[in-house]
Amino acid sequence: MNLNYTPEELAFREEVRTWLQASLPADLQHKILNHKRLKREDFVHWHKIVAAKGWVAPNWPVEYGGTGWSKAQQHIWEEECARAGTPAIMPFGVNMVAPVIIAFGNEAQKRHYLPRILSCEDWWCQGYSEPGSGSDLASLKTRAERDGDHYIVNGQKTWTTLAQHADMMFCLVRTDPAARKQEGISFLLIDMKTPGITVRPIITLDEDHEVNEVFLDQVRVPVANLIGEENRGWTYAKYLLGHERTGIAAVGRSKRELQFLKRLALRMQKGGRPLLEDALFASKVASLEIDLMALEVTVLRVISQEAKRRAPGPEASMLKVKGTEIQQRLTELMVEAAGPLGLPFELSYLEGDEASTSVGDDDTAPLMPYYFNYRKTSIYGGSNEIQKNIITQMILGL
Amino acid sequence: MDFDLNSEQQQLADAIARWAEKDYGFEKRKLIIGSDTGVSASAWQAVAELGVLALPVPSEHDGFDGTAIDQMVVMQALGHALVIEPVFATALGVQFLKLAGGHGEILAGVASGEITLACALGERHSRHELTHIETTARQVDGHYVIDGSKSAVLHGAQAGYLIVSARSAGTNNDAKGISLFIIPADSAGISIRDARSNDGMRMAAIDFKQVKVAAESLLGVEGEGWALLEAATDHGVALLCAEALGVMEALTNTTLEYLKTRQQFGVPIGKFQVLQHRMAEMFIQLEQARSMAMLAAVSMSYEDASERRRVISAAKARIGEAMKYIGQQAVQLHGGMGVTNELPAAHYFKRLSTIELTLGDTDHHLARFIAQPGFAAVA
Repeated sequence: MNLNYTPEELAFREEVRTWLQASLPADLQHKILNHKRLKREDFVHWHKIVAAKGWVAPNWPVEYGGTGWSKAQQHIWEEECARAGTPAIMPFGVNMVAPVIIAFGNEAQKRHYLPRILSCEDWWCQGYSEPGSGSDLASLKTRAERDGDHYIVNGQKTWTTLAQHADMMFCLVRTDPAARKQEGISFLLIDMKTPGITVRPIITLDEDHEVNEVFLDQVRVPVANLIGEENRGWTYAKYLLGHERTGIAAVGRSKRELQFLKRLALRMQKGGRPLLEDALFASKVASLEIDLMALEVTVLRVISQEAKRRAPGPEASMLKVKGTEIQQRLTELMVEAAGPLGLPFELSYLEGDEASTSVGDDDTAPLMPYYFNYRKTSIYGGSNEIQKNIITQMILGL
Repeated sequence: MDFDLNSEQQQLADAIARWAEKDYGFEKRKLIIGSDTGVSASAWQAVAELGVLALPVPSEHDGFDGTAIDQMVVMQALGHALVIEPVFATALGVQFLKLAGGHGEILAGVASGEITLACALGERHSRHELTHIETTARQVDGHYVIDGSKSAVLHGAQAGYLIVSARSAGTNNDAKGISLFIIPADSAGISIRDARSNDGMRMAAIDFKQVKVAAESLLGVEGEGWALLEAATDHGVALLCAEALGVMEALTNTTLEYLKTRQQFGVPIGKFQVLQHRMAEMFIQLEQARSMAMLAAVSMSYEDASERRRVISAAKARIGEAMKYIGQQAVQLHGGMGVTNELPAAHYFKRLSTIELTLGDTDHHLARFIAQPGFAAVA
């Protein structure tokens, strides 16, 4: 047992850190570190900087533009990005649809889509959930019927993250209504500019526009946009779910947020002393920090298994549950630390137009919306209850 | 980075498991608990033959120079089998001697299985603060005289030698003025009252009345024993974390097995989602605990004492949470059977509850974690 990084890995971390210091625009970093909201161009700006360096898709095979990094290097990259406070590389293209295209797409699809994902020419969104199909995703009803060399797609998708920015959607559709529910699903790539698509905002409890409903009415999708075989879509969707899940724990980000929380709690006062010196509050922060220490080791254990080609498999469910519990707890304690100073809702500050807030402690303003927003983490990506079902079935065999 | 055991470690773990399965079953263990001494001479010989006792001892004293990771493997395996022999008490004693230097004959005696050690550190009013020492050590004519009482000394009545903390200067909670001694348990003036602990082990109350101790029995420097005491007990915490991991693994396994076999409403109760999610949460707790037990073992090689303290306290606190969750839920999931003394589940639970109160409980270690400079040092 040896928990140390190799000298090569440490040198790599140094290289990444130096590059991030030189390349991450200060305005983007400021928004991220202070929990302000990002615009489409913010994401694209950062994506193009990373793409120019050739580091945008570390998990792809080298022949398609991957970096050839080891699992440990990929982890270091993610951790350093989180530490520096970079915008996320939107996962829908790079991490979600691309691995499916690489594994199951045809040559034409690979040649067309992969370079456009790398360069951020296409912004992707995910057409999975429907109003009647949340945790029971395989019950989805959006229909695709063959009409010559097209599918005619009718139905409704929901919770579609940032669909308002999207050029393309990868979509699960029902092609065989007679088959068992998992067996009649196909995986389609849909151009969001196709006539018949309507995107309607869903405003979440933090008054942000992050998710959408997507209505599909007689949408004509070329058969060439089918991934793999018809009615095999569920298999591809499951492949995607099992792909690259160690990042889901977001340990690097939580480490950064723990530092934010401590800085805040050192500045906020209770009885004339820093809040962080209050025994009750300190014990909450300490318990959380310790849980995060444990999760970090757990993530490294799973990565080390992956590197030995033992699939991460259902352990990813554990990382999702624990990772999101920690993320949520961090936002909860930030709100608690900010106290009444966090109460004003200052949209003009949140969205970046206004340089400061009414309360003076600018970094407290986004914390309640952040807390509200992060309730999503235990619901999305397979709710934590679904993850526990996966653990019980796949690991415990109940 | 590599989290796997090497082949020697794996073989040792397997050998202990095989021995326990064959010769240290639940019924056998029950007989040992009920016996006069509360320990088994044949089991002691067996663990000595397996190399468990020689493992922590330096090679110049006939030991195997085992690392903290090697010892973690052993403690985990012993936890699995719920072994109640004085292995932990002895290994903790060995750590004191190793850190202090000298006492090679005693170490060689431990390695061969002839000598058993116990550590008399806690007192009636000390709770988890091992700086709270009312027992005194006075220098008289080139030797020391020890007076005082120690409480809840794990396997104190079964030990050949006692490691004793005493105050040679300062007041109750001073870190300065603490001296450590190794004393033959049969020295004149020592009286030992043996008692069972709730988990089936033995714990002694020990009185020291005018106990005359040779100058050579001092461990380290007079009055400067705290750093040694803290480092040795941190090592002890790492061992307990590993044992707790073994106990929790076994308890989780036996609970899972119960969910698969116990039938109600015509199905195995493991078919009920409310129980499944409880079991999934136990699994997550177990894996988080495993990570911390590994980290604790690794921290034994840290140069920086404050970083070692931080990790050790984090581990004991986190494992404390896991022990409580897994222990209580395992009993609950066993239903009525969980509260009988007849199933191993209850005994695993009792051991976990005992580990929680040994060498600092969760709150003690949470407070110690907060007190380390790393906590408020913000990047």
